[in-house]
Amino acid sequence: MLAQTAFSLSSVDIHAILPEIIITVALIAVLVVDLFLPDRAKSVNGVISMAGVAGAGIALMSLVNGGTRKTFGGMFVLDNYAMLFKFLFIAVAAILIFMSVTYLNEVVRNIQGEFYFLLLTSLLGMLVMPSARDLIALFIALETVTVPGFIIAGFKKWDNSSNEAAVKFFLFGVLSSAVMLFGMALIYGVTKSTNLYEIARVLSTKAYPMPIQHAGSVIAAAILLIIVGFGFKVSAVPFHFWAPDTYEGSPVPVAAFLSVASKAAGFAGLLQIMFVAFPSYTSVWAPGFAVIAAATMTIGNVIALQQKNIVRLLAYSSIGQAGYMLLPLAVVANKSPAVQKEAFAAALTYILIYSFMQLGAFAVVIAVGRKHPNNLIEDYEGLAFREPGLAFAMLFFLLSLAGMIPTAGFWAKFFVFRSVIGAGTLWLAAVMVANTLIGLYYYIGVGAKMYLREPRARERIAVPYALVMAIILMVAIVAAVTVYPDFFNHFSPRSTLVAF
Amino acid sequence: MTFDQWLLSLVVFLPLVGAGVIVAMPKSQAALIRLTALVASGAALVLGVVALVRFDFHHSRVFQFDVNTRWIDSIGARYHMGVDGIALPLLVLTVALTFLCVVYSQRIMPKPQDKVKGFFALILLLETGMAGTFTSLDLVLFFVFWEMVLVPMYFIIAIWGSERKEYSAIKFFLYTLFGSVFMLLGFLAMYFRSVDPVTGGHTFDMIRLQGQHFGGVGFQNLVFLGLFLGFAIKVPMWPFHTWLPDAHGDAPTVGSVLLAGILLKMGAYGFIRIALPLLPHAAKDWAPYIGGIAVISILYGALCCLAQTDIKRLIAFSSVGHMGFVMLGISTLTDRGINAAIFGMVAHGVITGMLFFLAGSLYERYHTRVIDDIGPGVLQKLPRVGAIFVFVAIASLGLPGLAGFWGEVLALLAAFNPAPGLSSSLFRSYMVLGGIGTILTAGYMLWLIQRLTLGVVREKWANDTAIDDVRPAEIWAWSPLLVGILALGIYPRAIFEITNGAVTGLARLFT
Repeated sequence: MLAQTAFSLSSVDIHAILPEIIITVALIAVLVVDLFLPDRAKSVNGVISMAGVAGAGIALMSLVNGGTRKTFGGMFVLDNYAMLFKFLFIAVAAILIFMSVTYLNEVVRNIQGEFYFLLLTSLLGMLVMPSARDLIALFIALETVTVPGFIIAGFKKWDNSSNEAAVKFFLFGVLSSAVMLFGMALIYGVTKSTNLYEIARVLSTKAYPMPIQHAGSVIAAAILLIIVGFGFKVSAVPFHFWAPDTYEGSPVPVAAFLSVASKAAGFAGLLQIMFVAFPSYTSVWAPGFAVIAAATMTIGNVIALQQKNIVRLLAYSSIGQAGYMLLPLAVVANKSPAVQKEAFAAALTYILIYSFMQLGAFAVVIAVGRKHPNNLIEDYEGLAFREPGLAFAMLFFLLSLAGMIPTAGFWAKFFVFRSVIGAGTLWLAAVMVANTLIGLYYYIGVGAKMYLREPRARERIAVPYALVMAIILMVAIVAAVTVYPDFFNHFSPRSTLVAF
Repeated sequence: MTFDQWLLSLVVFLPLVGAGVIVAMPKSQAALIRLTALVASGAALVLGVVALVRFDFHHSRVFQFDVNTRWIDSIGARYHMGVDGIALPLLVLTVALTFLCVVYSQRIMPKPQDKVKGFFALILLLETGMAGTFTSLDLVLFFVFWEMVLVPMYFIIAIWGSERKEYSAIKFFLYTLFGSVFMLLGFLAMYFRSVDPVTGGHTFDMIRLQGQHFGGVGFQNLVFLGLFLGFAIKVPMWPFHTWLPDAHGDAPTVGSVLLAGILLKMGAYGFIRIALPLLPHAAKDWAPYIGGIAVISILYGALCCLAQTDIKRLIAFSSVGHMGFVMLGISTLTDRGINAAIFGMVAHGVITGMLFFLAGSLYERYHTRVIDDIGPGVLQKLPRVGAIFVFVAIASLGLPGLAGFWGEVLALLAAFNPAPGLSSSLFRSYMVLGGIGTILTAGYMLWLIQRLTLGVVREKWANDTAIDDVRPAEIWAWSPLLVGILALGIYPRAIFEITNGAVTGLARLFT
């Protein structure tokens, strides 16, 4: 009976999990309503999803300034850190729905109900992720985020590359989940706890519940195994092989979803497990991240140089971007709390800024893809003369992704760069600089094609209203951060996740 | 806030507002777009002149029109602007030259001529970056403006340029960016080793960073290296100059004018404003090398000029030489040398800006940049353009009585007596080599005048009625520069009066 379990229903803080409940209701509603909808009215699902996301947003709003809440015996924590990420995920999901409405209506008319169901399911996982302060909760959240991804990656059932995308994503995903689970099991074995705070306590005091030989090496191995799982999620080298093929094969809104929301969710979990559970082992994981970050940046950017397809270019560039986000994690080994705090804030700010500029770039790709479904970079030649607004928005996002001054992306890089220099890890700063220059070359290459080449086709691209709104919103957000870089930075240092 | 506190922000951001307005205008309203650009850059010029008039020349060491407010708290960067006697001449040069470029472009546009909107918006965006660089007193703010010029200039070259325009544009872009990354590294290094005298934390404030020790001379030297790379590429000094002939050569007329007239000054200004006062010890250690490279730049630039067949590339290489004199002046670390450097920058901005205008107008008429194709006989075909060309070219070679003279001769004089601690014999040999450079400069300039303007005009041009003499738009844009060349030559104190107070204060660090 419920009463006999550790948490009775009455002890659950319903308000704290209200956003998750609303999303759950919405996704079930989509699943049921979809059965009764005729093919031409399938876009009603979009309305239901949007309502659900909006409702979750409002519920979340009601939790602001409510202090830190804990429920499910501390498994689920709602603090500023969780709040920040939840707002990000809800905003990204709302924008994604805006971006996909027309696309789905045109490309996958009759099965779009499933799309919304899967998107909402994944969003549910994301919402739980930054609150999950328990290995089991974390694992479940991660799987809830990822598993719907396997299916929507293969959403274009008639398309071989979409099928390949799904299978690749699935195999890599399952393998890395298994590896991560192994790492979590080892941690549990050593500490006899799945709670992150308790794990941190045991690891720092070395008060293991039972005698263990070579505890240090076991824990180090476990941490590295866990990194593999999250490395897959954030597409860090060498766990990145699935990303480009999956992005290219998936419907474009799904690629946007994977490279922004799903990646940010991975980082939310990663930051949390590393900084909350394993702060006493920075000397183990930070050097690991140094290698991963350097490799991720370099390989992502160098391969991006040769891409002919815009989605693949964004895929590889997003691998490169993940490298920058991992950098702050790489510099915290045995450093002062001030340095750690700054690194943490830098990573967080980078994720936030990256999410919006990458989403913006994908919104433009979806728009252009309406006329040029192959998404080749050469389709962008002369875009400025066909669709000046789209070209300008794209240029803005590309310059921002490149980290060109004075765009938002520059500030993101600046914060990371500053934290790397502040920690004194000069070789990583050098790698970052070299990669920024490579990145500039290919990002601006696309920009140059839009403005300097003659267009191959003259006809205009009809951009649906919702998509225009999404693009304008994204330009506004990135422009706001451009002018006032502290915009996002206001949140991150205040985050209560870690008391440095 | 008082008007004085708003003044600099207005000068810097009015062009940006103008650019924004132009972007919002419909493409078809070309006349209105031109007018908006004229008004925006004109307003910036007027405010620049207001700053010049209201500036207190008796206290040119003090930063005036000072504004210092919060900006990015999380990284300790502040919105701090102000001008002293060193920055003011360059700020005025910036707004004046940009305005003249806009005047010139009212009637004369490079191809593709239909893209009026983008052209003027980019020029105004560029103006904001340039003016901001000369007014920032916070390292992060400085860096933002410094980099802000890259994107507009990239597109100005890549869209409206000639020949290998895209190659030149990306080369300019990546080369400069490469340097500025090291500069940023230097800024951050200083930041993390600094102690704010007021708050006790770190600071990016250029004034508060003065007199900091940064924990060791070795560290200072390393930081100086980073700054040196950033600034020297921009100046450009040999051997970092290779982007310059391509960018200047292939840029449209107005782009070349602004590149040579102002963008190059940003590098030298960086040395005077940041590298010298913040890292005086390192500056002294580095001065002999900078002087040496400056002299190589002078000689190398002159020799390259002798080998050029393309008129714009020739003028571009002459900039390497002239900026070499500027850097030689700076490397002496004396008040005389730095005064000469600032004078040289202004004079070079006016003269070489004018030369690029002339080269552009010749290209416009003859559709070739090859000297031996245009010439001989420009004086015969186009008496007015030819005469102006001779006048400006002679100013460029440093004839006494014209603007080009003072910067060069005072830089050489300063090298005779460098700051204490620097080897006199070394700098005196630099002086001799620089002197040889002036002879070479006179040589290539006179040779250019001879090949281009003298002699009998070619048959194919003689009857070409499309080639017309000076046009009204050119008269409007050029006459202030021509007057300036003469005025600065006759009355150089106009600049020295402004700069001297600030420069003496700086030079005191090295005595």
